Amino acid sequence: MDDYILEMRSIEKSFPGVKALSGVTLSARRGEVHAICGENGAGKSTLMKVLSGVYPHGSYGGQIIFEGTECQFSSIRDSERAGIVIIHQELALVPHLSIAENIFLGNERRGSGGLIDWHRAHAEASELLDRVGLREKSTTPVGQLGVGKQQLVEIAKALSKDVKLLILDEPTAALNDTDSAHLLGLVRQLQDQGITSIIISHKLNEIEASANTTTVIRDGQTVESMDMADDSASIDRIIRSMVGRDLESFYPDRVSNPGEVVLEVQDWTVRHPVQDRLVVEGASFTVRAGEVVGIAGLMGAGRTELAMSLFGKSYGRFISGRALMRGREIKPRSVAEAIDYGMAYVSEDRKQYGLNLLDTIARNISGAALPKLARFGWVNQHRENRLAEQAMEKMRIKAPSVQSVVGQLSGGNQQKVVLSKWLLTGPELLIIDEPTRGIDVGAKYEIYQLINEFVAAGKAVVVISSDLLEILGTCDRIYTLSQGRITGEVPVGQATEENLMTLMTKEKETVR
Amino acid sequence: MTTMAQRTDKPLQDPGGSGSSTLTELRLALTRNLRTSGIYMALVALVVLFAVFTGGASLSPGNITNIVLQYSYILILAIGMVIVIIAGHIDLSVGSVVALTSAISAITVIKYGMPWWVGVLAALAAGLAIGAWHGFWVAYVGIPAFIVTLAGMLLFRGMTLWVLDNISLSPFPSEYGVIASGFVNGLLGGYGYDTFTLLVFAIGVIGFAVNEYRTRKTRRSYRQPVPPLWLFAAKIAAVGVVVMALAWQLATARGLPVVLIMLAILIMAYSLIMQHTVFGRQIYAIGGNLSAAALSGVKVKAVNFWIFVNMGLLSAVAGIVFSSRTNGAQPGAGNMFELDAIAAAFIGGAAVTGGVGRVVGAMAGGLIMAVMSNGMQLMGIDQSVQSVVKGLVLLLAVAFDIWNKRRAGAQ
Ligand SMILES: Nc1ncnc2c1ncn2[C@@H]1O[C@H](COP(=O)(O)OP(=O)(O)OP(=O)(O)O)[C@@H](O)[C@H]1O
Ligand SMILES: [Mg+2]
Repeated sequence: MDDYILEMRSIEKSFPGVKALSGVTLSARRGEVHAICGENGAGKSTLMKVLSGVYPHGSYGGQIIFEGTECQFSSIRDSERAGIVIIHQELALVPHLSIAENIFLGNERRGSGGLIDWHRAHAEASELLDRVGLREKSTTPVGQLGVGKQQLVEIAKALSKDVKLLILDEPTAALNDTDSAHLLGLVRQLQDQGITSIIISHKLNEIEASANTTTVIRDGQTVESMDMADDSASIDRIIRSMVGRDLESFYPDRVSNPGEVVLEVQDWTVRHPVQDRLVVEGASFTVRAGEVVGIAGLMGAGRTELAMSLFGKSYGRFISGRALMRGREIKPRSVAEAIDYGMAYVSEDRKQYGLNLLDTIARNISGAALPKLARFGWVNQHRENRLAEQAMEKMRIKAPSVQSVVGQLSGGNQQKVVLSKWLLTGPELLIIDEPTRGIDVGAKYEIYQLINEFVAAGKAVVVISSDLLEILGTCDRIYTLSQGRITGEVPVGQATEENLMTLMTKEKETVR
Repeated sequence: MTTMAQRTDKPLQDPGGSGSSTLTELRLALTRNLRTSGIYMALVALVVLFAVFTGGASLSPGNITNIVLQYSYILILAIGMVIVIIAGHIDLSVGSVVALTSAISAITVIKYGMPWWVGVLAALAAGLAIGAWHGFWVAYVGIPAFIVTLAGMLLFRGMTLWVLDNISLSPFPSEYGVIASGFVNGLLGGYGYDTFTLLVFAIGVIGFAVNEYRTRKTRRSYRQPVPPLWLFAAKIAAVGVVVMALAWQLATARGLPVVLIMLAILIMAYSLIMQHTVFGRQIYAIGGNLSAAALSGVKVKAVNFWIFVNMGLLSAVAGIVFSSRTNGAQPGAGNMFELDAIAAAFIGGAAVTGGVGRVVGAMAGGLIMAVMSNGMQLMGIDQSVQSVVKGLVLLLAVAFDIWNKRRAGAQ
């Protein structure tokens, strides 16, 4: 008989109008890394919220047995006391507070008289940082760290709570390959120390490499649980269980057929909004009609900043250089003007820059095209709803209706709403920053197909991504960006992960 | 796809399961609509409560007319305030702006002997200018509205004292008084009651019913949950009865108050602006997620600017109504009005963090405050107790709202 640390039996959970879970069963062995896979909206995050007491006992059906006893958590505190800690899909750190303050937030180290003992807190924080392999001072504000390091702080925070079962909801979605590898290495290290982990991820190669067991969920039900040591366990099998059919390839084929130049950027230079340094330095590049151009760069290389400064100067100061669309110089002073020129920019951070989580799907999708849907300032709501319904069908957004509130959608479905929103503006040039962050394999394929259709219609796409395989799989031409400078231009036929990586890490001096 | 609507009318939770009885259906419909209909039910409950306490005096024709006249300016302010709050700001200055605009009107009309409408225009112009002043600092300089309007509160109160030389001005010529104390009466004749008043209200009720029915139909065609038909009909009937009873009381008193007409027009106009125009949508977008709105091409600065200009304008309208009602200008006019207007917006379901709220909700919130103050006055309850009760109601209303939201999330 296996030693199970956790058994979840026929878990059911409904929201008004949605049945998110209808009988999920999950058993995790002590000390293993257990992966959960499933399409967007399958119910993975909901299941973990049930487990960790975010949804209290009584609001769901079924049984949770943790360490041999049935648990009825009524809050996150209860589950943490039992040793279950969840790191949510959206990080929950306070940017202005220091690492130590964040680690002990809500769990402060008290000294005599009930006051916080900061010496002890910082000492313990430093130890925890050592354990997760993060070389930063415990006094550094969390906001100054990159996403990868913030993830490590989250894990340090979990360790401070004497965790037995660590739940990570899409921990690597926003990380580049190096940071992901470090994080997964850490999870295995914790495994050696006896900590069981549950990982939700859409990056199936990571799952194959690090999980002991994988459970696949579809439409709120467990499809199967496979032992990854088995010969029959494979990425293909996971995909088959997830989407119910085979996926021949990850990237759809496309005959590329570049036409005239849509966007030409010359000597583009952007200064940081507050600090005295250049974020983008003399960047020049072109994008042709019918072409997908990739911009590859490490975190902090200035990819997002380059895109946003082009998009109606929504980033940076003292922007200089020329931008031409279809040969005519454009000088958008605002996002509204950039949209009028036919630009669209899909941000990498949908919660922060993409969506109004309080509003409906329809109103989010129409958000950027609103002036076009209105006459004399009056919005045609029938048209708005109809277009939103069409988008929802086309993108296969999983939600009860276009009137559903976006904040209640699963992460991947939110991403599809953002994409729909920008396609509705009818752009000539679509800049997509991390197009498939948090999106399941099936939907990824659909999004690539959408990109293909878009360029087949004579329009142009710029893909910014830290996933080199994605860049290689979707683009015709790739520019590499390092420290704000374009360090190379490679046609996809000649590009490999290695030569791109070399260009992406090229230092400033060697460029000159 | 629309043919599906019939079937999905029922909640999706139990597919063919226990078979939803009328009772569970009612419970579901009520919990789902509690957030939106809760405050209307609270309003009705309060009206009944005070009718019992005052032995029916609170429902007398004279008193109902009185409530309308006495609280109209708070409701006008609440319209502007809820918009400011939806955008994620606050305006603490409206009481002082009411005072200053009514003083400007009084000086023009009473001191300089200008016609009444010149006074009205002067007040409106002052309101716009004040709004533009606030809008400039909030939108273009980027100072939080809390600070800007706190400064405005002091600034414009001081200016009021200054222009009035610290003394009251009165009386206005009688035409000016019509704004707040005028009635439309006898237009269609009547038999001890005013037919015109009844007709206007009847049209209003029918319009409401038609609009509700259309909303229901649209929601169903988008597979949104709607209450069962009988509950829907009962709701419309209840609203109809309550409104027509109110109309009857007004009709047997002095007729249709001019301010009520004005208020009705403002409420309808602003509800439409907030729900159906690009401007209104952009206000919700800014309040919901500022950065996302900016990256979607919303001209955040301009929208914020105009929100405050609008607030200034509505404050001036309230100032005119107030000066008309009190027949003069007083240095201390409008004291604490901002708090009543803010309370009305929050009781009416606006969110402190912005992005959520409705004009009609704010009106219900304002009426809850009005009915409470009026009822307690009729009962002769001390001012100090009144204040305590109002404070608690505000707190409980928002607490209830938060509790309700949390329940909806973790059901
Ligand atoms: N608070 C809520 N209210 C209503 N519906 C919700 C709520 N939270 C989740 N849902 C719905 O429950 C379903 C499952 O969502 P969940 O977030 O668990 O998906 P997921 O498997 O984590 O997807 P993703 O991979 O996209 O993150 C979705 O259809 C979602 O719309
Ligand atoms: Mg999720």
